[in-house]
Amino acid sequence: MQIKNVTRSEKLHKLALTIFSAILVICVAIGLMISVSFLPVRDAELIEIVSTQLPASGVSHPVTAVLLNFRGYDTLLEMAVLLLALIGTWSLAPLDVQADDTRHSPGEMLDSLTRLLTPIIVLVAGYLLWAGAHAPGGAFQAGALLASLGVMIQLTGWKLPIELTGIYLRFIHVCGLVVFLLVAASGWFNSAPFFSLPPDLAGILILLIETFAMLSIGLTLATLFLLGRPHSTP
Amino acid sequence: MTIAILYASTGIGLFSLGLYALIVLTHLLRKLLAINVMSCGVFLVLAGLAAHTPNAIVDPIPHAMVITGIVVAIAATALGLSILLRIHALTGRVHLPGVDEQFDD
Amino acid sequence: MITPDLGITLVVLPLTGALLAFLIRKHAHWIGLGTALAVSLILASLLTDLVTSPGDYYYTLGGWGAPLGIELHLDGLSAFMLMASVVTGLGVSLYAFSYFRIPPQDNGKSAAFWSLWLFLWAGLNALFLSADLFNLYVTLELIGLSAVALTALAGSRDALISAIRYLLTSLLGSLCYLLGIALLYHTYATVDLTLLSGRITAQPSTQAALALITAGLLLKSALFPLHFWLPPAHGSAAAPVSALLSALVVKASFYLLARLWLELFHPIHNLMPDLLGWFGAAAIIWGSLLALRQIRLKLLIAYSTVAQLGYFFLVFPLADNQSDEMLVGAWQGAFYMLLAHAFAKSAMFLAAGNIQLFSGHDRILEFDHIAQRLPLTLAAFSLAGVSIMGLPPSGGFTGKWLLLEAAIAQERWGYAIIILMGGLLAAGYVFKVIGHAFTQAQTESFISETRTIPAMMQWVALALALVSILLGCYPAPLLELLTIGNPFNFFHPGS
Repeated sequence: MQIKNVTRSEKLHKLALTIFSAILVICVAIGLMISVSFLPVRDAELIEIVSTQLPASGVSHPVTAVLLNFRGYDTLLEMAVLLLALIGTWSLAPLDVQADDTRHSPGEMLDSLTRLLTPIIVLVAGYLLWAGAHAPGGAFQAGALLASLGVMIQLTGWKLPIELTGIYLRFIHVCGLVVFLLVAASGWFNSAPFFSLPPDLAGILILLIETFAMLSIGLTLATLFLLGRPHSTP
Repeated sequence: MTIAILYASTGIGLFSLGLYALIVLTHLLRKLLAINVMSCGVFLVLAGLAAHTPNAIVDPIPHAMVITGIVVAIAATALGLSILLRIHALTGRVHLPGVDEQFDD
Repeated sequence: MITPDLGITLVVLPLTGALLAFLIRKHAHWIGLGTALAVSLILASLLTDLVTSPGDYYYTLGGWGAPLGIELHLDGLSAFMLMASVVTGLGVSLYAFSYFRIPPQDNGKSAAFWSLWLFLWAGLNALFLSADLFNLYVTLELIGLSAVALTALAGSRDALISAIRYLLTSLLGSLCYLLGIALLYHTYATVDLTLLSGRITAQPSTQAALALITAGLLLKSALFPLHFWLPPAHGSAAAPVSALLSALVVKASFYLLARLWLELFHPIHNLMPDLLGWFGAAAIIWGSLLALRQIRLKLLIAYSTVAQLGYFFLVFPLADNQSDEMLVGAWQGAFYMLLAHAFAKSAMFLAAGNIQLFSGHDRILEFDHIAQRLPLTLAAFSLAGVSIMGLPPSGGFTGKWLLLEAAIAQERWGYAIIILMGGLLAAGYVFKVIGHAFTQAQTESFISETRTIPAMMQWVALALALVSILLGCYPAPLLELLTIGNPFNFFHPGS
């Protein structure tokens, strides 16, 4: 920790910065609030289009239909963003692997709680994935739940065995994107545009994409947590 | 003022609060948190105004956009935190030096 | 017509390459090189298609069409930007193929570079093709985050500190952009550019969105006085990464601003073009003066980027409220400068990378007979310098000339003088480097170990520099390409 030697001019400089940014931010806030409060009620044309096209999307929940069918390209690129954050993080810190068998014992209470919670979380994640077709839920929510499971078992002392850190682990990281790309490219074989899902198969294809996306998202988030553990930074 | 406008104004409040914190605070972790507060504000504007329609029918598209935005925000935060950890490991500092300062060895 | 299908391939191929490079780390460099070659071939056939049957192409992803789905848009301007991205990308890929196999770089770093760079490439190509504001946000994040991760890859203290500053700036920029998009969506119920341009009116929410989007994109394109994050990041990254950041990344947000300006904000602006022009002029002077003061070569080149970015922004006042011919001329000038700058600046950074590897540092005063010891590299630097200065014949000259012509025809002498002065100042900093490269080191320094530089790395830098010169010899077909589909006359179609 460095010892700060704050001089008078530095203090003044800081005060000026604070006042300047306060004024700037207040102006921004007032301007934006005015513009929002004058916002007219817009027409419902697009909402109607969504509901007319919903039957052709393969799912009955509109948010899932938008995410994985109507605007699936956004979701594909966004999963690429998540993976690239993982690669960036990975390039900065080596993966903390356990070669030996020394495990911290989490204590009986924590240990049995983990053993109880793990299957429940997996079950709930599976349900969320399934429910996404007709109700709020889907790959992201399920993936986040799986990630929380990953974080929990890491916190209770479980460590990643070294034999799992190779290409198998990386394959789960990318499988969501790979399946998504394959399904999206299948449109080409029916001489339809990229990302076209045939309406009769769309439901199954979306479930397929979501299952692998859930695995990838869950594992990626858990790995990000693992890479950020203090003892893994050299 | 409808409830949708109220949500959106709250979102703008969060955005502005985050902006202020981002400029004024010097601790890098706080700066990253400020960015996250700002993005929550933006998501609130996006999702809150989804019901600003005739008969308040909810528009699903902004909700899908928010989900996309959240994943991007998580990715960015994770990357930022890992860079922060490396900076801390290398220099023991968690503050940004001045632009001119950093190339002095 | 096959053209639009080829467009999406330019996104899908690098994405696939990035995944493969992540999976098969050992052969990441071969995967990267193969992807680069494949992308180049596809771009070549796309350009051929576009030139043989010119037009304005839309491609509906998933077959839904706007406003429900996402549309891609291909016209002369996007093809021109794709060309900048692919040619620079191919050059940098060839360079990086050798660079990341030179010893202190380990295999893990090489694999991470290839994955991140291919993600960045996919993001760039996706941005140039997209016609959907929210999709553009996702591509901006893809570009921004991979650029940050690539900067941090260098691993040094400076690189990491620059990377986090870059990350915070880039995120602030994208959040402003996203809030602007949120306001536009909730006003007009669409994020499709074409539909929006038909619906847009001067409302308070639109003005707020205009301000937010412009501010966010200016932050990302590092226009003076928002350039503070650029020199440290571009100066401390690994050489191929600096080349990519300076040549492509900052230009992506400039392209987006120009595109939104041309299609959306043109009818509702008031003060903005002049404001952008003044900041651009200030950037030219300030960036060049700081470049002259630098003692490290890579920082000098980075400040030169700040200055050169200023030129592009002069187009906003120069193309505002002008006759069609004048308007198109000014835009052609700005984008031609952009293309020449992409090639010249990447050549410069790659040459600087060679010099840094060769002598172990990039302190200009301690250059010791670099010209005699690395002739190809210095030739690359000098040729790129010619284009940056804007001497004929070079792409930089053609672009500058078009801008100058617009300034003189409108009797805007201030801008004309700034354009000329920027060239003189550029000559100052380019010759400063060349002068020291020919002579013995001025300061007494320890005799550093030198290292042989692979021939590929020298030839790639030279080739990119030569392309930036050749652009000045045959400008007609490329200037023609820019106007395919009338991107600049959006509001007067048919004229």
